[in-house]
Amino acid sequence: MSEQLTGAQSLIRALEHLGVEVVFGIPGGTILPAYDPLLDSTKVRHVLVRHEQGAGHAAEGYAQATGKVGVCMATSGPGATNLVTAIGDAYMDSVPLLAITGQQTTQLIGTDAFQEADICGITLPITKHNFLVSRVEDIPRTVAEAYHIASTGRPGPVLVDIPKDLLQAPMEFSWPPQLELPGYRPVTRPHAKQVREAARMITSAQRPVFYVGGGVHKARASAELKVLAELTGIPVVTTLMARGTFPDGHDLHLGMPGMHGSVAAVGALQRADLIVALGARFDDRVTGRLDSFAPDAQIVHADIDPAEISKNRHADVPIVGDCREVLADLIVAVQSEHGEGRNGDYATWWETLRGWRDTYPLGYDHPDDGSISPQQVIERIGAIAGPDALYVAGVGQHQMWASQFIRHEKPGAFINSGGAGTMGFGVPAAMGAKAGRPDTTVWCIDGDGCFQMTNQELATCAIEGIPIKVAVINNGNLGMVRQWQTLFYDGRYSNTDLQSKRIPDFAKLAEAYGCVGLRCEKPEDVDAAIEKAMAIDDMPVVIDFVVHKDAMVWPMVAAGTSNDEIKVARDLAPQWDGEE
Amino acid sequence: MNTHTLSVLVENKPSVLARASGLFARRGFNIESLAVGPTEYPEISRMTIVVNCDEQPLEQVTKQLNKLVNVIKIVELDPSVSVQRELLLVKVRADAESRSRVLETVEMFRAKVVDVHTDALTIEATGTADKIEALIRVLEPFGIKELVQSGMVAVGRGARSITDRSLRAVERSA
Repeated sequence: MSEQLTGAQSLIRALEHLGVEVVFGIPGGTILPAYDPLLDSTKVRHVLVRHEQGAGHAAEGYAQATGKVGVCMATSGPGATNLVTAIGDAYMDSVPLLAITGQQTTQLIGTDAFQEADICGITLPITKHNFLVSRVEDIPRTVAEAYHIASTGRPGPVLVDIPKDLLQAPMEFSWPPQLELPGYRPVTRPHAKQVREAARMITSAQRPVFYVGGGVHKARASAELKVLAELTGIPVVTTLMARGTFPDGHDLHLGMPGMHGSVAAVGALQRADLIVALGARFDDRVTGRLDSFAPDAQIVHADIDPAEISKNRHADVPIVGDCREVLADLIVAVQSEHGEGRNGDYATWWETLRGWRDTYPLGYDHPDDGSISPQQVIERIGAIAGPDALYVAGVGQHQMWASQFIRHEKPGAFINSGGAGTMGFGVPAAMGAKAGRPDTTVWCIDGDGCFQMTNQELATCAIEGIPIKVAVINNGNLGMVRQWQTLFYDGRYSNTDLQSKRIPDFAKLAEAYGCVGLRCEKPEDVDAAIEKAMAIDDMPVVIDFVVHKDAMVWPMVAAGTSNDEIKVARDLAPQWDGEE
Repeated sequence: MNTHTLSVLVENKPSVLARASGLFARRGFNIESLAVGPTEYPEISRMTIVVNCDEQPLEQVTKQLNKLVNVIKIVELDPSVSVQRELLLVKVRADAESRSRVLETVEMFRAKVVDVHTDALTIEATGTADKIEALIRVLEPFGIKELVQSGMVAVGRGARSITDRSLRAVERSA
């Protein structure tokens, strides 16, 4: 059955059929035709943001909080280019994102017309795929294809650019369309032989580790992971993108690996004889200097993206597949190994690991001058809001502390910008997360630098009724950059002092945006401030936590050095007892 | 480092070439030659890409290319079981005095004269990269006025076709 619609109507109808409930965006000249039928849609809610970058990050936050595709919309030219950072961010972190942009009319494309930008060309390297629609009748099919590509296989951003004249043109609408993607066939079923080989290695290894990345939660496989970990008794490390995928409180968990990982997690990977990488990609922030990473380890690498396998580190056993299926099959394969009496014995390994874990727990100091330590604020937010809240972070020191000092017990509860490291991600992503999960408490842990990049979306939150809670960890500086200047540039603080303890007044800024604005300057007031924010349910709240500026993120592996060079504090290396 | 020839079947759509070449540039892969053209099926184009790299980077190249949504199939063609050809058009200085010697060379290489002028001959030749290179070397002393070469195209020997099964996939999805 088909009916006569305009291209714009068919676009909105397609979104409705795909189950899209929220679109974040801003109208403008070329996308205008699409906004008209949007006004009548009872199924699609449009959240009018203040900047397209906010729309993009909000769609990312929404996607990560709900597991669905996040959708953002913008007009051509600057509207579209403002989406670019968020699209790039989604590409690096494999977030399913559908970006719809208006384009100049077909006749004007290529003439440098008003608000014309080759957004397909611009986003070519940072999208999983993109489309410039050339016929009005292709609109519904293209949107369905984009949605399909964004949400299947390794998820990612897909952009659909639609010329204005096509949005206005008449067409015959029918649903569902037939997808035409002959070159797109993601492999989800792992190879049985490879899985058996992996199981054999798991039971014969002496020092195995499960290296868990963002792909495990994306495959909704944390339950399977727990079964496999408990079945084998093998230690687990969770990357920044996987925090919460395996509970922090679990005895088999060693914490986060990488540049600011725990000594136990970093040490475990370094000394392992077998690393089972699950939905992880051996990023430089995890491996440190690649040629000295885990020198004795054999690698089992399971990922849905074949191109990740052996990209950075050679995989002895490559497994292409969806992590949930891989884990389910691994469980069976390991059980059959056990059935034949090959159980694996990691007792000695655990002795070493427990030693590291007990000797080098994460910790922090309280400043002597009575000011607040930033870690305390973050730790207390985690303790008071609990494991059922969503935590969204910006990028920098506060992000690392949010990863370290909030106890992440639930999969997907920590949303942050990992691969791209996009400052300004926090506020809009928290807004998107809250829009997708209105009944869940959403805390944005932000820095004063990050906050000033995208805080205009507080207006959106206040007006649209999206009551997020924002903790600005205000040390007045670009803290992580300052830390590097302290450590590697002899304390020469070039352009990292934002003076944001003075300007702007974040509490007043929040009030001006229609939010509740609070300030907290003393360690003894931290809990009360958090509890006050927790009690407010109908308005966004911003707390300006004025904290000490010299706090640093530890442990740390300096960029470009080996993980063996990890320091637990300045000039303080751990003792790798019992080894060698 | 070795030279590898990849035959890549792609959907015949705008921007596919940009996607492939952009990928090479972005990931730092070096292309020696790239040729694109239609196939026996109007909806499929075929790229022949020659890259010079080790096995491991080659694996990355193929995997990354395979991730492009418009790429349908990639086959590495082994030179020993495939026919590989380049096309050369070269304008050589040839006056009354040197013309016969140039023509002799053309003859030897089984090339063809495609345009004649009092001062120059334009020669067309096809062959492997080695043959084309040798021909150019021999013609050089006469004076090369202008030269243009195509990228390499290649096809596997025998009766089998790499497009058959791919086309069925296209038809199914259409």
